Amino acid sequence: MTSEPVQQRPNPTGDAHYDHPHSRRGFFTDTSICIGCKACEVACKEWNRNPADGDYEILGSSYDNTGALGADTWRHVAFIEQDRERIEEARESGRKLVDLGMPQVGPPQERGVADGAASSSATHTPDTPEFRWLMSSDVCKHCTNAGCLDVCPTGALFRTEYGTVVVQEDICNGCGTCVAGCPFGVIERREDGLVSTPAGREMPDTVKKPQNGVAQKCTLCYDRMKDDETPACAKTCPTTSIKYGEREDMLAAAHERVAQLHEQGMTEARLYGANPDDGVGGTGSIFLLLDEPEVYGLPPDPRVPTADLAHTFKRAGVAMAGMALATATAFMVGGRR
Amino acid sequence: MTASEFDSYRPPEPPRRRRGSGKGRRRAAGSGWLRRGAEGAREMPVVPDAEVEPYSSYYGRPVVKAPPWKKEVATYLFLGGVAGGSGLLAFGAQLTDRPVLRRNARLSALTTVGVGSLALVADLGRPERFLNMLRTIKPTSPMSLGSWVLAGFGTSSGIAAAGEVDRLLGERLPLGPIRAVLHGAEPAAGAMMGLLGSPLAGYTAVLLSDTAMPTWNAARGDLPFLFVSSAALAASGLAMITTPVEETGPAQALAVLGVAGDLVAEPVMVSRMDPVAAEPLHRGTPGQLLTWSKRLAIAGGVGTLLGGRNRWVAAASGAALLTSSALTRFGVFQAGINSAKDPRYTIEPQRRRLEARRAAGQTGDSITTAV
Repeated sequence: MTSEPVQQRPNPTGDAHYDHPHSRRGFFTDTSICIGCKACEVACKEWNRNPADGDYEILGSSYDNTGALGADTWRHVAFIEQDRERIEEARESGRKLVDLGMPQVGPPQERGVADGAASSSATHTPDTPEFRWLMSSDVCKHCTNAGCLDVCPTGALFRTEYGTVVVQEDICNGCGTCVAGCPFGVIERREDGLVSTPAGREMPDTVKKPQNGVAQKCTLCYDRMKDDETPACAKTCPTTSIKYGEREDMLAAAHERVAQLHEQGMTEARLYGANPDDGVGGTGSIFLLLDEPEVYGLPPDPRVPTADLAHTFKRAGVAMAGMALATATAFMVGGRR
Repeated sequence: MTASEFDSYRPPEPPRRRRGSGKGRRRAAGSGWLRRGAEGAREMPVVPDAEVEPYSSYYGRPVVKAPPWKKEVATYLFLGGVAGGSGLLAFGAQLTDRPVLRRNARLSALTTVGVGSLALVADLGRPERFLNMLRTIKPTSPMSLGSWVLAGFGTSSGIAAAGEVDRLLGERLPLGPIRAVLHGAEPAAGAMMGLLGSPLAGYTAVLLSDTAMPTWNAARGDLPFLFVSSAALAASGLAMITTPVEETGPAQALAVLGVAGDLVAEPVMVSRMDPVAAEPLHRGTPGQLLTWSKRLAIAGGVGTLLGGRNRWVAAASGAALLTSSALTRFGVFQAGINSAKDPRYTIEPQRRRLEARRAAGQTGDSITTAV
């Protein structure tokens, strides 16, 4: 984020030159009301027919035995157990964030009052102070400036008319560049799409290796969206922790919810992906977090690699010209035979 | 990171470092440098051990994912560089009338670009769809532009090398009227090799830097200089192996320039990187590869300067230079892959730059917001 600000594109469908762009769709995942039931993981797997990740194993990370987002896992529920010290730290870092005056609405004196209220009511917060269990359902961010989409050489990744980012499985040749291009570690090449069962049953060939060798990630249920259906995860979420709708509505809901939590003294509440000026131009999937993003396995300051590409190309151009010049020099210097 | 006594039955977790809290720091100091002083009779250190900047992570799991690239891609990084450099040498030889160097450099270029392309195809998840690389031209994708450069260079080196092969065989191939076309197209194909040579050698640096892999991304401004230097010395090294010293004067000069560039570019690059993001370049296998790459580059460069008139010394120096380039590419490749696997390399530099921006009063561009 040096000199040039990342171009603001509230609705990236404009860049894709759709004749009739729809409104941009997105998720708002409110982790403060997630109960860690993993229904979203199951619903996603079932609807998208994603294969198993491999053998069942206990990962020793609280109730998270899924591990991470990947080619076969498009929703991943994180579990973090925290003691009093960590809760205080999270509350403190959240308060600092408020004090920093991140994009603020309203005159500063009003803010001061709000801060004071937040601090004073922090003593009787509804959260139990000795222990807390953070749960958060992570998903593809469907970035405004999507790294995976930018670096895809085949055009297999594309921007849909709803502003989401989807892989065309019949185009992708599995080069793997998008995996490296994603600042969130979401997209992955499906290496072994084998559906294995604990009993080791043979599965019919139609089930084996679906879309093997191509990049895979959340499509925000593009197929369901086209039928005006809610994505499987949001539809199944029993606490409405996962909300789906027009991104503007999601953004409004997120702002409202974080203000509400701050009023209750929960200064640890913060939004992730709601800022159009951040390194990826804001995300289609907005999150409400209760601690620093890295605690949930999210990058604290992601930046789409393509933002620096013009500069890198310029430097590379100088290097390439230098190589040609060096060769010319070599033929002049080493010319005597 | 739990509060329950039942957690003593859990499998061991990787140690979690905490950020920010002064308490945590004091505790770490007490168990670290204080105790260390008590263990032995040595003098207690006045300054505690420099602590790694504390950070949190999700059970030590990676934040970004390493690309699924295997040794084939690193091999291509090396061979593509050799091909590009050979293209430039072949064009120079074509212009300055050095027939043996021209022939050998063209054949080298075709061989390396051919094997390199096969390695790339082999690394695809769906190799049968490799032609989809030419489905579109996409300026935001260095791999798309690189595919076009590779295709153009491969085609032109194929034409140029075919002409050389035909001459080698005494024009005995039953080419008929095609022979005239082939030899007529040769100069233009040779020029195309010269034109696309340095882009072929350098675009891979852009491709690696244009990712979220911390080490590659942090090197973005300077990696192209390292890669073109490495390509220049490698192609010159190959020419010094294949071609008698009578015609390799320019190749030897380019080798020395390449070595100089290589030896300057690497430390400059590292000095401008975030120190944490640069760490994978110095650790483990990549660190060893890059150290040996530098030693071999020096050996090859000195050998070229002092004994370049001797056929055998020149060839041995050439072999050292080729190996040096291969080690550079494998080292940089593996360092980037390694940097994705430890969340520290992603989180710490990002934290640092975020906090630096906040300290400078630039608070409007964070992905985390309070309102």
